Amino acid sequence: MVSGVAAEALALALLAGVLLFAMLQPRGLPEAALAVPAAAVIVVLGIVSPAEALRQLQTLGPTVGFLAAILVLAYLADAAGMFTWLGGFLGKLSAGQPVRLLGLVFAAAAVITAVLSLDATVVLLTPVVFRTAVSLGLRAKPHVYACTHLANSASTLLPVSNLTNLLAFSATGLSFLQFAALMGLPWLAVIAVEYVAFRWFFRDDLRPAPASAGTESHRDEAHRDEAHRDKEMAPDKEMARITAPPVFVFAVLGITLLGFGASGLVGVEPVWVAVAGAAVLAVRSRVRGEISVSGLVREASPLFCLFVFALGIVVAGATGHGMGRALGAMLPTEPTFAGLLGVALIAAVLANVVNNLPATLVMLGVLGLDPHPGLVLAMLIGVNVGPNLTYVGSLATLLWRRVLARREAAPTLTEFLRLGALTVPIGLLAGVAALWFGLTLGGGMQ
Amino acid sequence: MTARVVAWLSEGTWHAVVDSVARVLEATNSSPEVVLLHVLDSQVGEAVHGAFGGLLGRGMRERDPGTAVTDAGRAAAAELLEAARRRLGAPAELVVRAGRIEREVVAACAGADLLVCARDGDRSRLGPHSLGHHTRFVVDHAPCAVLLIWPDAAPALASIPSPP
Repeated sequence: MVSGVAAEALALALLAGVLLFAMLQPRGLPEAALAVPAAAVIVVLGIVSPAEALRQLQTLGPTVGFLAAILVLAYLADAAGMFTWLGGFLGKLSAGQPVRLLGLVFAAAAVITAVLSLDATVVLLTPVVFRTAVSLGLRAKPHVYACTHLANSASTLLPVSNLTNLLAFSATGLSFLQFAALMGLPWLAVIAVEYVAFRWFFRDDLRPAPASAGTESHRDEAHRDEAHRDKEMAPDKEMARITAPPVFVFAVLGITLLGFGASGLVGVEPVWVAVAGAAVLAVRSRVRGEISVSGLVREASPLFCLFVFALGIVVAGATGHGMGRALGAMLPTEPTFAGLLGVALIAAVLANVVNNLPATLVMLGVLGLDPHPGLVLAMLIGVNVGPNLTYVGSLATLLWRRVLARREAAPTLTEFLRLGALTVPIGLLAGVAALWFGLTLGGGMQ
Repeated sequence: MTARVVAWLSEGTWHAVVDSVARVLEATNSSPEVVLLHVLDSQVGEAVHGAFGGLLGRGMRERDPGTAVTDAGRAAAAELLEAARRRLGAPAELVVRAGRIEREVVAACAGADLLVCARDGDRSRLGPHSLGHHTRFVVDHAPCAVLLIWPDAAPALASIPSPP
């Protein structure tokens, strides 16, 4: 039985090791490879009692199931061609105008992130947006950066938008609809800040193409055949062609979303709504031969789910022996504007030092068993918007990449860091102000 | 020794640059070597790579969208240069570089006699800002003469405001 300072030190060392391992993934080993043994050590040494560990697993269960269902839902939407269609659709609506494309990408990234989580935006939407911009002959950078930024900053709207939200959702005590209602205004405020910042920051890259672009050169107009001209003006015909809209996928996603909203009213855990939506799409895709069963299991990321369970126990060990109390003493307890802002700032700093997933677990542990929902939501604004400050989501990863960079000549992203320094502080401030406004309007949200 | 002309081609403005190179070729008696250069910003792929890393390994390594973006960028660069060579209608060496755009352009000008590039800044208000920060750096540091062209029609003399 280890207790007191020794327990705290050991748990912190294990947490650091688990996080470092997850970021580096030596030899491509899954992050659970160290996290699960570390969690076992924590329980065996009595740093976290078996009963407490079991309680952790029970709380995390629906959350992890929810995550798996949403990951599968996004994968199935992609398998049914939704993202390919979206790329062509955005390209057509933009009419080749860079500013218009940026607005459309903002809308698409904000909605995809909110409904299908930030993973879908990073993994599925970003490459599609890149190809769309390039096929229009536009500079892809603002549009690609918009996807990576909004994947974080637009992930505050719904409990499903980010794993951090899922983890904190039950601690808020809110229903799905109440959560969305309180986060709607902060979501819009942060996106608005991002949009204004992007328009200014990328003003050089967003200039409309000059009138000469795509015209014939002065030399050999007579010799040029039609085929060449087509090729020059639309280098990527595959992208330019719009496939039929995936109506079925949109219908299922729409009904799933309505189900999330209704879940609180009829007393069903929203995780079952997500599972039902994923099951409907899975059966259809399987019948059409678009997916394999093994692919479906892989997309649910079972090893990552295992990692979240193990991380929950390790974090409980690290926060349960003094560090939690020390941090807790620093945290505001009243949902005043200053209190909300304080929680959001501390959460943002923590998310940048480690990663927003462990940061959320730590903050939840510190906020205690029955925190004011406003404080939990402010914490989420911090851990979701904050990671844009360091483009890889944490200082530790960033420093490690710098070490690698010296060896492999990978670029340092000064531009991305400057963009983050511009948007994150203002975004946090705007998001918290909007949350405070909503809470005040709602009469204090008991 | 033949002269060497580097044409820096970017999305949106490359047509005008290629046309200027064609005019340079017409005006000279000798036939200079022509290099058509496009520089990929490696920060884009790296940023996506980083965003994926921020997910802490959710999803598998082989699905890293940073790799997909980098590969798609290389393919698009090759297509742009091929289209430029067709427009030029003369032999040219095609060069793709990746890194910090402004530094790669200057490095590609080693041994060149002339760099042709386009203004990429705010051309609605003429002045220092008609050069974007990449072009500004290139103009300041190029190790050769620079032919800086307007990607659309050159402004009329009357566009200059009267002195205070």
